[in-house]
Amino acid sequence: MYLDSGVLTAVKILVVGHFGVGKTTCIGSISEIEPLRTEEEITEASVGFDDLSGTPDKTTTTVAMDFGRLTISDEVVLYLFGTPGQERFKEMWEELSRGALGALVLVDPERLSDSFPVLDLVERFGLTYAIGVNHFEGTTDYPLAEIREALNLSERTPVVACDVRDQQSSAQALITLVHHLLSLLD
Amino acid sequence: MNDEPHEELELTSALVPLFVITNGRALPPDNAYERTTLVSAQQDAAASVRALSPEARRVLELVAEGFLSVAEVAAHTHLPLGIVRILLAQMEESGHIIARKPVPPAERVDREVLNAVLDGLKARFGA
Repeated sequence: MYLDSGVLTAVKILVVGHFGVGKTTCIGSISEIEPLRTEEEITEASVGFDDLSGTPDKTTTTVAMDFGRLTISDEVVLYLFGTPGQERFKEMWEELSRGALGALVLVDPERLSDSFPVLDLVERFGLTYAIGVNHFEGTTDYPLAEIREALNLSERTPVVACDVRDQQSSAQALITLVHHLLSLLD
Repeated sequence: MNDEPHEELELTSALVPLFVITNGRALPPDNAYERTTLVSAQQDAAASVRALSPEARRVLELVAEGFLSVAEVAAHTHLPLGIVRILLAQMEESGHIIARKPVPPAERVDREVLNAVLDGLKARFGA
């Protein structure tokens, strides 16, 4: 359960996407621990304003977030945080994106439009990202170029097909992201 | 006697956050105890657990034998992340725990760390 005693540096990569896209499956396929879950409270504006006070009503919601861990070397541990891609979680995004190496954005080729809000958030928080097109059983193979166009991605953004249930495939998607991050330093 | 240092001292004390003075239960700043901060119990922490709340004791027992991230502490204790942060801030101040905070963002995304991550992923998954 404990980290190796020499581990000094913790880094994080966010695995983001809309509900049901396979974030937790992806994390579980490469984590060295069973994926864990944090419960956290977020406040959000509820519908309607209190006109007298001029402050919006706030309600508190509990959000569950799954994450995994991978010891990378004697000194470095990588945490993978599954991050829900809805606008109402932007409070959490503040903290999660701070210091993150980058984001792996999982998309479902059958539900591409659901990924627009996710991409908005990723870009707004200044995260460098790669796209993992999760292959779901029974879906046709979409050409990656069409997905790039549909998502209006820049030419530099890597797009890879993956099957998040498969360890090698998930790892390869992460490796693609890290290659991309390194290439931006050149 | 010189009055100037005295004036400086007054200025300094005014900048100390209130919760430090009051030892009250205020949420630590956003960037303190973020979820990748690593925490462990101090070696002699077990000697003075009586003053701690049951929740704080649970946290301390969990990290008695080694380092875990703040996120793992929250997950294993089933305490909300916000509560865990407050407890850890108090226990670091009282000397029960030590924390290894993440490197500030500007220094972090460097080639060395990225190469370590890349090599680690490749070694581990043979990709």
